[in-house]
Amino acid sequence: MFEEVGTTTEGDIIINVGPQHPATHGVLHLVITLNGETIKKVEPHLGYIHRSIEKMCESLSYRQFIYVTSRMDYLSSHINNHACALCVEKGLQVEVPPRAQVIRVLMDELTRIASHELWWGAMAMDLGAFTPFFHAFRERESINDIMEETCGARLTMNYMVPGGVMQDLHPNFQKKVKEFMQLYKRKIHEYDELVTGNIIFQNRMKNVGYLSAEDAVSYGCSGPAARGSGVSCDIRKIYPYEIYDKLEFDEVLETGGDSFARYMVRIREMQQSIRIIEQLIDNIPEGDFQAKTKAVLKLPKGEFYTRVETARGELGVYIVSEGGTTPYRIKFRSPGFSNLSVLDHIARGSKLGDLVAMMGTLDLVIPDIDR
Amino acid sequence: MFITKYIKDVYKGVRSLLVGMKRTLYYFTHHKEIITQQYPDNRDTLVLPERFKGEVVMPHNENNEHRCTGCQACELACPNGTIKVIFKNELTPEGKKKKAIDKLVYHLELCTMCNLCVEACPSDAIKMAQTFEHSVFDRNELTKILNNPGSKIMEGVE
Amino acid sequence: MWSFSNIANNLHKWLSETFNPTMTLIIEMVLAGVAVIGLFAALGLVLVIMERKVSAWMQIRLGPNRVGPKGMLQSLADTLKLLVKEGLTPNGADKLLFNLAPFVAMIVAMLLMAPIAFAKDFQLWDLNIGVLYVSAISSIMVISILMAGWASNNKYSLMGAMRSGAQIVSYELSAGLSILAVVVMTGSLQVSDIIHSQADGWWIFKGHIPMVVAFITFIIAVTAETNRAPFDLAEAESELTAGFHTEYSGMKFALFFLAEYVNVFIVCAIGATLFLGGWMPFHIGNWTQFNHVMDYIPSSIWFFGKTFFLIFVIMWFRWTFPRLRIDQLLNLEWKYLLPISMINLLIVTAMAILKWHF
Repeated sequence: MFEEVGTTTEGDIIINVGPQHPATHGVLHLVITLNGETIKKVEPHLGYIHRSIEKMCESLSYRQFIYVTSRMDYLSSHINNHACALCVEKGLQVEVPPRAQVIRVLMDELTRIASHELWWGAMAMDLGAFTPFFHAFRERESINDIMEETCGARLTMNYMVPGGVMQDLHPNFQKKVKEFMQLYKRKIHEYDELVTGNIIFQNRMKNVGYLSAEDAVSYGCSGPAARGSGVSCDIRKIYPYEIYDKLEFDEVLETGGDSFARYMVRIREMQQSIRIIEQLIDNIPEGDFQAKTKAVLKLPKGEFYTRVETARGELGVYIVSEGGTTPYRIKFRSPGFSNLSVLDHIARGSKLGDLVAMMGTLDLVIPDIDR
Repeated sequence: MFITKYIKDVYKGVRSLLVGMKRTLYYFTHHKEIITQQYPDNRDTLVLPERFKGEVVMPHNENNEHRCTGCQACELACPNGTIKVIFKNELTPEGKKKKAIDKLVYHLELCTMCNLCVEACPSDAIKMAQTFEHSVFDRNELTKILNNPGSKIMEGVE
Repeated sequence: MWSFSNIANNLHKWLSETFNPTMTLIIEMVLAGVAVIGLFAALGLVLVIMERKVSAWMQIRLGPNRVGPKGMLQSLADTLKLLVKEGLTPNGADKLLFNLAPFVAMIVAMLLMAPIAFAKDFQLWDLNIGVLYVSAISSIMVISILMAGWASNNKYSLMGAMRSGAQIVSYELSAGLSILAVVVMTGSLQVSDIIHSQADGWWIFKGHIPMVVAFITFIIAVTAETNRAPFDLAEAESELTAGFHTEYSGMKFALFFLAEYVNVFIVCAIGATLFLGGWMPFHIGNWTQFNHVMDYIPSSIWFFGKTFFLIFVIMWFRWTFPRLRIDQLLNLEWKYLLPISMINLLIVTAMAILKWHF
């Protein structure tokens, strides 16, 4: 039943980090066994923000369930919606118009940058530097403004629909994105000056939370957390969806395996996203933004699985259909859950202060873990 | 050599710290970079994009007429049961009974602003408004009736 | 000319004419106490609003701008809020120590005010071992933090207190050694002597590079000693929620808060006195005209100007750097600051013997 919380062996103390704690950015509960400052065990307790999204989706139609997925990984809500839309399209055998594909990829990459910006600021804040948080929000805010203009919301957009996107791009979209990219290029060196190059920061990150490539694979890590260990796992490259196979971008790989490597992966990934946006922003094809679909969507009997690369890793959507208007079962393979499971492995033996750096570089979004 | 490496380490470390301090000093002295918006004060000049999803409204024309036929497409499209259409029977001038909406009840407290109802509406009767200050003291105020009292369906909308 | 020393002298004259010597002494002591408490409160208010404005401007924000003109009364409003809040004592806490700790922190900060020369000839107590007194009293600060951490009966608090203990004890060494550099140069522990020895130039200019090194070491060490970021491990927010004052609320918390800021003020005042000449105006060699202009600025403004500049530097650190880890913090002290300041002290001693300074 319940483990007795108290002193286990002589000199060990158990502290509860969370559910309300400044470092967990949500309602994650970590039971940490400490010997002095050294971590002996980390035990994540989940379920504080479980909303049974998978079960909810079973009673919603294929158009309706997409909006719920924005609430999983709220920082990459576009990409979540995209994954669901792709899965439904796979079942419906719908061809998405080229314009819609480009719009989707553009939105995905903007979301990825926005998510990494927030991660960068929040991680610096975890390490005790408050100023980068506000500087990161300045850039993120301009992305949010772009989203607000085109999609009508800033966080949970619900812009992707099966067959395309809900509305066409706003006329100002291209101008605003170009403005954002100029702002970003003007400010990117500040990231190095404030955080990346800082000797204190580097000492906090280097040789902390080492994750070997084998462990990354066996724990099922994905996204920047695994790519920091040299595991090539970018879904955009391996199983290209939409137009990613026609785009020029590099899969960012670092071989360090420590927190600093994971940090650098995300920093370099933002530049790759900028590169993708640069290729697409002047080449948005004309045409429909939405394929013609029936008013009531019915997936044929069968099982459908798609995966996309969110800002945190691989998101898989698995739909079992009985041929009706609602799915029989939906399963999300969320990146945060697998990435969290590695925390105990990499945290053992390091100091309490390092735990914050590790949690920061794993980039945990708690609603994504619990769903 | 050990000593040269030691001194190099110290130099590099101090230099990286000074670079960061130069950046914060730049922002400390350049107040025009401040991006804060003083929200309640700038309410008059606040412009929200026309697509901003604040709440669902039903536009009426000057004759107190709306475009809603009561087809219930929005009610079906809504994932949360936010919209309820209540009907009444009206007598047309020819003396026939005709079904028309009595009330289109909209529960703002349930709405997630997903825009699916607006997309589903075949006659463009409802749209998203750009309001966002929804807090009220009584929860009942969040349950709204979208059609104005005594409103009629517009001529020619089927 | 208007000055603090004139006011003090006139007051003393008037008191000794009116009352007998014992009464005069008592009244003067009470007045000094009231003045210190007043300064204490004023410093708390000023430094909090200063910190908030500095952080806001560095973070491209506006900062407090609603209460009073340009938000200058914000910290007053915050103090009022803290005053009316309930001061909780948690169950299972050591009640005596828990309630005593904030007052110890405050009393230590008050005692440290004694030897500081706020203006020309304006000092509470010019004792002959002033500098030693300061470094001795300031190390009592750690006791209040340990008390608070232990008595809270909270693991976060205890860890914060233990971290803080290790940190303050270590950094006292290099702070002391860099203070010694000035003492060696001056040949006196008395604060007024140290200030007078800088009449022809501040030590940071007179003492060549070794003095600059001592100054930098001093600033780093006192930042750590006052538990300010990047050395704020005792209250590391993202690790220990609030460290040793996790369980404190209301006015007891405010006292810790106040003591932290007053400690910052005091260490900066000591730094300004030792290295930047205290209330001495800025003079350049033979530029008589320039020196005269500088002399017209009151000595108190010189003192507070230098002190607030140093406070600004410490705030600047806080809002730029990430926090160190506990082992890195101790590494920095024992592997870098301590050897550097020891070698530096040797060089300074050689300079003092050989009269190499100006």
